[in-house]
Amino acid sequence: MPKAKTEILTGNEAMALGAKLCRVQVVAAYPITPQSQVTENLSQFVERGQLDAQYITVESEHSALSVCIGASTVGARTFTATSANGLAYMCELIHWAAGARLPIVMGCVNRAMAAPWNVLNDQQDSMSQRDAGWIQIYARNNQEIIDTAIQAYRIAEETYVPVMVCYDGYILSHTVMPVVVPGQSSVDKFLPPYVPHTILDCDDPRNLNQVTLADPRNDASGTLCHGYMELRYLLAEAMMRAPETIRRVDAEFGEAFGRSWGGMTWGYRDEDADVLLTAAGSLASEATVAVDALRSQGIKAGVRAVRVYRPFPAKELAQVVRHAKLVTVFDKSLSYGYQGPICADVKAALYAEPRRPAVHGYVAGLGGRDVKARELVEAVKQSMADLDHGMIDKETGWINCQI
Amino acid sequence: MSTRKCNHLSAMASPSIGEAGKTGQWRNVRPVVDHSKCTAAKGASCYLCSDFCPEGVIPRIAPIAVELEYCKGCGICCEECPAGAITMTPENIGSENIGPENTAASDALARSGGG
Repeated sequence: MPKAKTEILTGNEAMALGAKLCRVQVVAAYPITPQSQVTENLSQFVERGQLDAQYITVESEHSALSVCIGASTVGARTFTATSANGLAYMCELIHWAAGARLPIVMGCVNRAMAAPWNVLNDQQDSMSQRDAGWIQIYARNNQEIIDTAIQAYRIAEETYVPVMVCYDGYILSHTVMPVVVPGQSSVDKFLPPYVPHTILDCDDPRNLNQVTLADPRNDASGTLCHGYMELRYLLAEAMMRAPETIRRVDAEFGEAFGRSWGGMTWGYRDEDADVLLTAAGSLASEATVAVDALRSQGIKAGVRAVRVYRPFPAKELAQVVRHAKLVTVFDKSLSYGYQGPICADVKAALYAEPRRPAVHGYVAGLGGRDVKARELVEAVKQSMADLDHGMIDKETGWINCQI
Repeated sequence: MSTRKCNHLSAMASPSIGEAGKTGQWRNVRPVVDHSKCTAAKGASCYLCSDFCPEGVIPRIAPIAVELEYCKGCGICCEECPAGAITMTPENIGSENIGPENTAASDALARSGGG
């Protein structure tokens, strides 16, 4: 069995290789920019006989996720990937996969939602699917993409909750980085075979995800079956318990492969920080550069990044950031009519803290607008000045919006 | 019948016949079998009507009899029958089974807007 080796990979190649190393059995995906490389690579693996999987070509993302739902139901490890409008086209099935408790893993290559048409990066696509019941993990670099793909199947198959591995389009998907590709035998050891929870027995047939009315009721065998609300409670409970699994899987991954990614959140120079920068994905990596610049100017700044957005690491974030004076949250998406979604959630996480830092929200990098570390530095300094004038809260700032 | 509580993560109920209602009430044409033409009359039924029936309401038993409580009247058996032994007959002509009860059910379905 080949051992780990370092390769120069794009984020998309890392995602496809991650799925291959997990020995996915059914792949159904529809190409869309900037995700296309993922499907191209996986179809090549299958065509060349390097991956023993069914690659099912479909006419849409709606069908792609439908295929994954069917395959996952009957016990196959399944993978799909998409971006932006493709993700939106899957929307009905995104909810279905979660409600049916199917451990599907999806690569979501973050891209701006139309209109106007735009193929570049922000995180509006996956953030808009926040409430569907999927675990969402945001990778900060290409190494984390391949490692998170492997972790994602463990997490999904232990919790029976589907996992979206999100990473920024172009910034990660089309940028090459050195990536340590784990050896197949070590991945096989880390990832046991998928055991479905669905009952498929010709002698004891079941209706799966049938019409389920408001109240529990007996089925034909006299079993009192859950009503809709009970099943949704179980999904909510699984999500609330998932952080425990996510942290454990990340720690076990660290023991097996020598790299771990912080579990739910990760920090950079934040132990003694007065000012924290919070973001998800590659924007949080960019924030580490801003922190070095701020530190060089004598400002005790640090990064506390969201790795897992759902379930939201509210307690963990509150524990870490409550000692700071100021938290600046940089969202690459917006809940139109309110705030950046991460910003609103950070504020809510701090509600019960007796001593809370000020939280200022910024929207950055929509539709591929480049975000420079110096712009983050300027925003942090502006927030510090605003806080000196007593502004513990303020309107969402738009970084480098030229209107 | 003792009641057990399920411990499933997703909806998985043991199905029962008629769970979705008596779907035969949806029918507006019914299959009528001419047993003199059916291959069963010649000694060995082909059972193609049974094989093709999407509802599973034609048992593989000769003489062929359609379970009209659940037959939706799709006409696939009529289309597939190689002997031309099945004709689809409108329910409102010469039907003794369409009474006030079925009419009420049809009205309710029409009002519901379907599935």
